[in-house]
Amino acid sequence: MTSAPTGSTRLKRRRLRRTVHFGEPLPPGAHLFRASWLCGPSVLWMTLFLLGPLLFVIAMSFAQRGDDGEIIWRFTTENYARLFGQGALGFDPVQPLILARSVGVGAVTAALCLLAGLPVAFFIAGLPRRWKGAALTLVVIPFWTNLLVRTYGWQLILAPDGWVADALRTANWLAADGELYPGWPAVLIALVCDYLPFMILPLYASVEKLDPALEEAAADLGASPTRTFWHVVLPQIRPGLVAGCVLVFLPATGQFVIPDLLGGAKLALLGNAVQQQFGAGRDWPFGSAIAVAALVVMLFGLWLHTRVTQGRREVALP
Amino acid sequence: MNTRRSPLTAFAALVVFVFLYAPLAVVLVFSFNAARYGTAWQGFTVDWYLRLLDNDAAISAGINTLQLACTSTCCATLLGTALAYGMSRYEFPGKRLFHHVLHIPVFIPDIVLAVALLLFFAVVRKFLAGFELGMTTMTLAHVTLQIPFIAIVVRARMADCDPQLEEAAADLGAGPWLTFRHVTFPLMVPGIVAGGLLAFTLSLDDFVVSFFTSGPGATTLPILIYSSVKRGLTPEIHALASLIVVVSAATVVTVAWFRNRTEVKP
Repeated sequence: MTSAPTGSTRLKRRRLRRTVHFGEPLPPGAHLFRASWLCGPSVLWMTLFLLGPLLFVIAMSFAQRGDDGEIIWRFTTENYARLFGQGALGFDPVQPLILARSVGVGAVTAALCLLAGLPVAFFIAGLPRRWKGAALTLVVIPFWTNLLVRTYGWQLILAPDGWVADALRTANWLAADGELYPGWPAVLIALVCDYLPFMILPLYASVEKLDPALEEAAADLGASPTRTFWHVVLPQIRPGLVAGCVLVFLPATGQFVIPDLLGGAKLALLGNAVQQQFGAGRDWPFGSAIAVAALVVMLFGLWLHTRVTQGRREVALP
Repeated sequence: MNTRRSPLTAFAALVVFVFLYAPLAVVLVFSFNAARYGTAWQGFTVDWYLRLLDNDAAISAGINTLQLACTSTCCATLLGTALAYGMSRYEFPGKRLFHHVLHIPVFIPDIVLAVALLLFFAVVRKFLAGFELGMTTMTLAHVTLQIPFIAIVVRARMADCDPQLEEAAADLGAGPWLTFRHVTFPLMVPGIVAGGLLAFTLSLDDFVVSFFTSGPGATTLPILIYSSVKRGLTPEIHALASLIVVVSAATVVTVAWFRNRTEVKP
């Protein structure tokens, strides 16, 4: 008879695996030696091409811009002051607005994804076992296809003379001169479509664990469906829900392609602001400051994510 | 009442699935539309696909994209697999920290990574004559993007495998190399293949990082599509886009099928 290993035997076995290697004892120094040639190249690579460049960005955000766009390495916090609204003539709301808009767009996208993702998660959880894998694959296929193609696909669908806009105008839901694209509706639709898989996967993982008998029990005891949902279902699927919201919120705030193609110039988000400063604006120090702001938002989200999942689960890759 | 099986849930899920696939379907349909301009359907044609063969810009971008994806995937698969194996078997100082570092590229907005690399390459260029932005810089950037994906997928696979299999092999007298060669590595293969294929699609579809780290003459298909969207779309671009979508989708389906077939049964 076998039983699941208890916590302490599992720990013992792990320790055993670490010191006994393929049945042979491993001297302490050997760990470091083997790790260094197996992991060393990648650690070096990621240090050189990820951490190094990111540190450069942070350093650059404290530098100054010369008159011709060149970089002057003199310490200043001016870029951050500008980010939070200090302009040449007092308060300038442009940059803080971009910051607030990005966070707002991320939050709205997460909320919409939640609304759209819940039924899909429940639906897949209710499928017969052999169909679940196929349904989940169906969810992630769009995520792995080209983002540009999906984005311009929405351009075609939401075009001012397209049939969707026509239908909405006939139904009087859209003003006669109203447009879906470029503008907010198009950006939000594309963002939701893009990040929905990030919501569905963790939600599904939570719903899957939920015992359907609980819902039935609540109903038997006289709870209305709404009450059952709020008091029985929701508390149980909260980990997946929060994980999904964070996973959608993070990339959505830094999006560059979707607002660029569907939003028009007025709807710049953090990503567009960075691109503008590194491209036409030729103000790399200020662009770096915006990039650092995006990084801080990301780190905050990651921290939230690890706190909620308590490191129980590795990041679920679609 | 059962929320999972209720027809209302099924209907809502169906609507969401249609919504997910709508943009892809539209592009695919338009790539077969005979109309050069406008959105009206004027008959079925495969003409746009045939014309791609004469389109030098598309062909060279296609070759660049494949070359980039193949080179970077090979490098990243080697590095990432060794990393995953080393991290799951050995201890080294700073391992936990590095584990977190690996998750940065997964979460970081593409654009931040892109400008960071652009900045880095600009600095290198100052000190290293002849170092230009182009295929090399794009390859370096893509490998950076891919290593974590491969390492995470392979490590997850290794965590799913029963460590007792290795112990059994050792008990039966197999040495470290034999055990690795005949037990551990075969168990890792599905993870390596899945991770490699996903990394391949990642490179194939990447636009933002390539856009910032590419130089003149090193155009990839996503960059070509982006500039076409900005200048004005043609049915040929729809055809090109459809081809990329089909390749990515086929890769993901292969990965799913492969994973399903080789899943570790409890």
